[in-house]
Amino acid sequence: MRGRRLGPWPFIAPALAYTALFFAIPFVVMAVVSLWTLSGTALDMTPGFGNYIRFFTTESFFKAIRNSLEVTALVTIVSVVLAYPMAWILAEKVPVRWQRMALILAILPFWTSYVVRSYAWLLVLAEKGVINSWLMGLGLLNEPVQMANTRFATVLGFAHFFVMLLTLTIYANLKQLSPNYRRAAADLGANGIQTFIHVILPLTLPGIMVGAFLTFVLAIGDYITPQILGGSNELLMPQLIMLQILRKPDFPMASALSIILMIVVSIAYLACARWLKLERA
Amino acid sequence: MRRASDMAAVAYALLIFGFIFLPVIVLAVFSFQGSQIPVPPFNGPSLKWYGAVLSDGRMLTAIGNSTLVALISSLVSTVLGFLAAYGFARHAVPGGGWLKGLIVAPLSVSYLIIGMGLLITFTRLGIPKSLFAVGLGHVVINLPLCFAIIYSQMGEHHANIERAARDLGASDVQVLTLITAPMLWPALFASFFLSMTFSWDEFIIAFLLTRFETTLPVEIWTLLRSGLSPKANAIGTVVFAISIVLVAVIELTVFRKRAR
Repeated sequence: MRGRRLGPWPFIAPALAYTALFFAIPFVVMAVVSLWTLSGTALDMTPGFGNYIRFFTTESFFKAIRNSLEVTALVTIVSVVLAYPMAWILAEKVPVRWQRMALILAILPFWTSYVVRSYAWLLVLAEKGVINSWLMGLGLLNEPVQMANTRFATVLGFAHFFVMLLTLTIYANLKQLSPNYRRAAADLGANGIQTFIHVILPLTLPGIMVGAFLTFVLAIGDYITPQILGGSNELLMPQLIMLQILRKPDFPMASALSIILMIVVSIAYLACARWLKLERA
Repeated sequence: MRRASDMAAVAYALLIFGFIFLPVIVLAVFSFQGSQIPVPPFNGPSLKWYGAVLSDGRMLTAIGNSTLVALISSLVSTVLGFLAAYGFARHAVPGGGWLKGLIVAPLSVSYLIIGMGLLITFTRLGIPKSLFAVGLGHVVINLPLCFAIIYSQMGEHHANIERAARDLGASDVQVLTLITAPMLWPALFASFFLSMTFSWDEFIIAFLLTRFETTLPVEIWTLLRSGLSPKANAIGTVVFAISIVLVAVIELTVFRKRAR
């Protein structure tokens, strides 16, 4: 006798219900709350775009999204530029039987706690930190250089995390390439550099774009790294959002800022997706 | 010419390795610091900061809380993700593309925004901040991941074996527990383990949704607020060491076996 089949719903309903209940509905609630306004301590529930208008007309608010975009773009570029040669060396120069080991080693600090990793960079960059102490010990510096609490520190902290991530993804990408492409290029008389620029790089470009997009999305939404390493001298978007609820809780403004951040990421996604498609066509 | 490029490659790799390991080494070295601040000059080695961590009741409670939240939320994520993957892989679902899109949608939204949405919703509903709320949030971020991993591993060859079991009289539940789950064991394990690490290390959702009883990353954050302290180095080094042991165990058991 054939067992009676249940159909798909008993299996997919729990996950769908969960996502609807704890992801979709909170999102709708946030969108609704973003249309309210908080004046003083009174919550005005008349829907309106007051928070959004305030964001775009207040220089100190609008600056946060500009800072975020600048920092994230810089992080993405620096990370790809540093990670690509590393991935290439691991894939091409390291003997095959050592590659797995080298790769595991290259992403080992990934397994430290994220909060602790940012803090560890603070120890390196602080006024009395390792780098300043070394340089002053060597007599190269007379007084410490300020590196902590700067944009430089934020970018460096982010780059540390994403160089590991991108080395991994670009390495996987390079290993998937058939060696025949290289042979064909060599047969047609291309030298190493020509092969790289005209064959290897274009073939790995979609993978790089995926990695770069991942870097962008993860970095632009992160609060920890800019808060620990960048400090409060210049605020990034996640810091501005957290400020709204840490001082005197202004949930409507925090909601509006969250929605704006989401829209920015969505625009980046659309731009990226289109670009990727064009590349493949 | 070849020599020079090889030398450059070695130099570059060493430079990147240096960059990657610099903060971790500094962290670990100054966890053995003898004085009050974890910056040069180093005057150790001393184990007193590890002692300070071990005698810190709040820190130990936080480790327990983190482990509990990670275990339960990962279990729920893996089970829900597995069921959904089975449903979508083995049945034609009307509007399946959209529904799958809904399940994986949280992957593209930052943890901060997910946490903020939950905080605002729970506040309006009068649900208090708690570890349970954090667990709910961690399932939101890990469920799509589990679903995607397990769904990608459900091949047609598995479907044939399931069909055979069904022809022999197995019920849907029997197929799922006795046939499908054992066949997909590596994917289930990978999902569970990844969820564990993400939940264990997650800060912002836990920060937003807890007040007094909290998880380890939030407790570390609170510790950092009082400035640089070798105690933070010590707890950071302990977390790193635990992770390394776990990764090594998984590398040696699961992936070695699967490669064979």
